[in-house]
Amino acid sequence: MKTNSEFLSGMAAGIPIGLGYLSVSFGFGIAAVRLGISVLSAVVISLTNLTSAGQAQGIDIIAAGGTLIEMALVQLVINLRYALMAISLSQNLDEGFTLRHRFIAAYGITDEIFALCSTRKKPVTPGYMYGIIVVSSFGWTFGTLLGAAAGEILPPELISAMGIMLYGMFIAIIIPPAAEKRSILLVVVFASGLSVMCRYLLPFISGGFTVIICGIAASLFGALLFPIKEEAKE
Amino acid sequence: MSIWIYILVMAGVTYLIRMIPFAFFTKKIKSVFLRSFLYYIPYAVLAAMTIPAIFFSTGNFITSAAGTAAALILAYFKLPLIVVALAASLTAYGVSFIPGV
Repeated sequence: MKTNSEFLSGMAAGIPIGLGYLSVSFGFGIAAVRLGISVLSAVVISLTNLTSAGQAQGIDIIAAGGTLIEMALVQLVINLRYALMAISLSQNLDEGFTLRHRFIAAYGITDEIFALCSTRKKPVTPGYMYGIIVVSSFGWTFGTLLGAAAGEILPPELISAMGIMLYGMFIAIIIPPAAEKRSILLVVVFASGLSVMCRYLLPFISGGFTVIICGIAASLFGALLFPIKEEAKE
Repeated sequence: MSIWIYILVMAGVTYLIRMIPFAFFTKKIKSVFLRSFLYYIPYAVLAAMTIPAIFFSTGNFITSAAGTAAALILAYFKLPLIVVALAASLTAYGVSFIPGV
């Protein structure tokens, strides 16, 4: 009963992610087919990878006939932030999160799912995380299918406007705690400023690395200046 | 080379990056410093992913900025994620019809 309601509340929480993914992966589907990748391959890539930046880079390597070493290294670098998120998330897991559940749920550690789970007030249960993952993964895979099979049908203005959805969701996650807690606000401002600097002053650093560098630097800044003393998560 | 080998490598590497730390970090971290560091990670990472990328997310700076403003305002009033995300998108879509944008 409890597991069931956790799964359902996970699914409900996952709806904005699923919708956001649907629109973003739609674009991925279009891009993949344009590079000569079949609809089936594009769908399998989305279902098995569940990540945006890594996949976008991955299909470029496939289209260019790159080596497998290059593929592995690029995925490692772009997706390294997930390792950081996994460690952070591991601190807020329910006791029922056994090793078997961790093996399965690890598949679903994405920027957005991480954001939802790590800002949850209660410990994250396997059911809650599975609920989010099912909805998100469906949106991501189905959006890829739609984009790959029928991408050219929608008006281009609409497809472009959908590109902002996931970022809008990030803002909705960050702003309320930042408005309440000054330390979070300062960490957010620090990370944003550093990210802008990286983009314009050090443009040769890839997007994945920028996120890692800024994420670590801003969190160090926060941990040094505003340590969180209490045991309980706020 | 078969595309399926590429996909296998892609998916395998991506899964291992997520799985290894997730499965094997089972202890609660005691150090206040490390706990604080991990506490700030989601906010720092999300902020770095959003800024400045959101301003390029629709391919047009003006529609992106309008969508961002809508998202900031609604998020400040704690509206649900889906409302904020859709409003950002609809605002960007609406603004794209203004002549000259």
